[in-house]
Amino acid sequence: MSVKEYIRERYFPHMWCPGCGHGTILNSLLHAVDQLQLDKKDLVMTSGIGCSARISGYVDFHSLHTIHGRALAFATGVKLSKPELKLIVPMGDGDALAIGGNHFIHAARRNIDITAIVMNNRIYGMTGGQFSPLSGAGKKATTAPYSTIDSAFDVVKLATAAGASFVARSTAYHVLETIDILKKAINHKGFSVVEILSQCPTHYGRKNKEGNASQMLKFQKDTTAKIGSKALEKNPLLIPRGIFVDNDVPEYCQAYDEVIERAMKGRKA
Amino acid sequence: MTEKIKFVQGNEACVEGALYAGVDFFAGYPITPSTEIAEVLSKRLPEKGGKFIQMEDEIASMCAIIGASLTGHKVMTATSGPGFSLKQEALGYACMAEIPCVIVNVQRGGPSTGNPTHVSQGDINQARWGTHGDHSIIALTASNHQDVFAMTVDAFNLAETYRTPVVLLFDEAVGHMREKLIVPEAGEIARVDRLRTSLGKGVDYHPYLPREDGRLPMSDFGGDHRYNVTGLFHDMWGFPSNNPKVVSGLLHHLNDKIENNVHNITRYKEHFMDDAEYILISYGSSARSAIHIATNRRARGEKMGVLELQSLWPFPEAMIREKCANAKAVLVVEMNMGQVMRHVKAAVDRPENVFLVNRIDGKLITPTDIKSLLRVIQGRGV
Repeated sequence: MSVKEYIRERYFPHMWCPGCGHGTILNSLLHAVDQLQLDKKDLVMTSGIGCSARISGYVDFHSLHTIHGRALAFATGVKLSKPELKLIVPMGDGDALAIGGNHFIHAARRNIDITAIVMNNRIYGMTGGQFSPLSGAGKKATTAPYSTIDSAFDVVKLATAAGASFVARSTAYHVLETIDILKKAINHKGFSVVEILSQCPTHYGRKNKEGNASQMLKFQKDTTAKIGSKALEKNPLLIPRGIFVDNDVPEYCQAYDEVIERAMKGRKA
Repeated sequence: MTEKIKFVQGNEACVEGALYAGVDFFAGYPITPSTEIAEVLSKRLPEKGGKFIQMEDEIASMCAIIGASLTGHKVMTATSGPGFSLKQEALGYACMAEIPCVIVNVQRGGPSTGNPTHVSQGDINQARWGTHGDHSIIALTASNHQDVFAMTVDAFNLAETYRTPVVLLFDEAVGHMREKLIVPEAGEIARVDRLRTSLGKGVDYHPYLPREDGRLPMSDFGGDHRYNVTGLFHDMWGFPSNNPKVVSGLLHHLNDKIENNVHNITRYKEHFMDDAEYILISYGSSARSAIHIATNRRARGEKMGVLELQSLWPFPEAMIREKCANAKAVLVVEMNMGQVMRHVKAAVDRPENVFLVNRIDGKLITPTDIKSLLRVIQGRGV
C-alpha cells in the first residue's frame, strides 16, 4: 500500500509551518504503519492540544483529538475497553510532560499497550514560542526574555523510571532510524515511548539563533549519536539515539483479563 | 426473587441502576462521599466481563470514560465536589464531541475541600455551568433509593438518546443512608442502547449529521467507519472548522437538542399536589422532610403539597409555572443558598410568593426548619 492510503488527503496541505519537523515525523510514522501492513480499521490515533496534536486529523485512522495534556488518559479508556485496537499517541513536549506529565508516568507505570510519541521541539509552538519543560536552562522564549532557569526532563530516563517497557529516541533528521524504531514500538506489547527530536525554526530556532530548518536538522545530526557508537564513546555529551529499554513485562489489558477470570470464577464458587 | 430485594446504601442503589442500564466501563478516583460506587463496581464489573480502572486523578477518569464510550461501551464515573470541578474541562469535551457518558456527583459541602462527610446540594449550578462556553446539559436527582436506581437507568438512557453527558446529582445523605431497594426484573424498565449507523463499509458516514429526528447514529472505534473526533468546532465529518455558519450551527444544535426537548426530559413527582395552596418544591434528601411535613399537614386538612424535582437541568420552567399557578406560597426547600429558588422565582407568575427554606451547615433540613418559615408565611407568628 502507498502511504497515501493512510492519510485524509482532502485535509492537506497541513497547517504546520514551512521547515517544521512534525511533517517528517508524520511521514516516518506512515511508513512504519505501511511497512507493518496494519489495517487502518485497527488503528486509533489519540492526540492532545498543540502543533503536534493536529497530526491526528491527517491520518485516516480512527482519530481522537482531545484536550491539552490528556491524550494518554483518553487512550487508556479506548485501549482498555477494546484491547484489540492499536493505540498511537503523538504528543508535543509541553502536552506530554508539563500538563500531561501525570498521565505520562501513570500510563508508563501501568504498562498499558500504547505507543506514545513525544514530538520534542522544546517549545510551545501553537501559542507562539513559550518555553516548555524540555527547553532546558539558558534558552530564550517569549516567556523567558532573560533566558530560562528551568532544567529539562530527560524523556528517556523519566519514561524508564516510570516503568515504560520500551523506550527509544530518534530525531527528525534520522528518518530511517525513526521508521525502524516506530515499527518496533508499535509492535511492542506494553507501554512504549519514542522521543523524536523535532525542529521549530519559527519559534525556538529564531529565538535561540539556531538558524533555519536545514541548519537545525544538521544540529540534530551533529549533537546526537547512536547508542554504542564510537562517536558517543568519544564524546559522552552527545545525546544518545536508539532503543534504551525493550522489556517483556505483563501488559495491563492482559492482566485485567486475568482479573475478569478471577472475578467470574469467584462468582461461580 | 428475594435476592432482588436489597437493603443498601444509596451509592449501591446507583451501582445497581448502572448495571441494570448496562454499564460496562467505569473509571474513577477515590473521593468522599462517592467512593462506594467505585468500590462496588471494582467487584461487580469484572464479574460480568466489564472493565473497572482506578485512574491517577479525576481528570483522567473523565477522559478515560469518554475514550471507552467511543468504542461502543456504556460508561460512568463518580465523584464529589472537588473531583467534579476537576472533571469540568473533559465534561465540556463530551458535550462538544457529543459522547454519551454518565457522571455521578454525590454532593458534599463546598466550596473547596469544604465538608467532605456532610450533606449539601451546592453543586446544582456547577452542573449547569461548570464547564466553559455555551452548552446544555442534563442533570437528574433522587430522594430515595428506588428513585436513585430509576434515575441512574434514566441517565444512561438519556445519554444515549441525546448523545450527551448526563450528570446525576445525588447528595451525601441519600448516598450513605441505607434503605430498601427492589431491583426490577430485566425488561421492566426500558433500556436505550447505542444507536449505531446502518451505513455499511465504503459508504460515506457523517458522525455529526443529525437524522430527521435530531438523533446522531454513532459508529464504534474499531468499526468500518473512521472519522475524527475533536473538541474544536467541527463539520459533519468531525473535522475542525471555523466557518461562522458551522460554528453557530453546531452551538445551536448542542443547545437545541436538549432545551427543545425539556418536556421529554423533565422528571418530577407530585405529593398531595391536587388543589395545593402551599407548595414545597424540593429534591434529593431535602424532599424527604418536605414530604413528611406535607403528609402531616394534609392529615390536618391543610392544602399543602410537594413538587419533587427529579430533573434539574434543563430546568423544568414551564412545568413549575403551571403547577404553581394557583399557589398562595411556594417554598423551595434545598441545602444551598437558593440555587433552585432563583430559577423557580424566574419561572412563576408571582415571584414575590416564592420563599427559601435552606440549611448550609452540613446538617439535613428538618421538618421543623420548614415549619418555622411556614408559621411566618401563614401569619401564625415567628
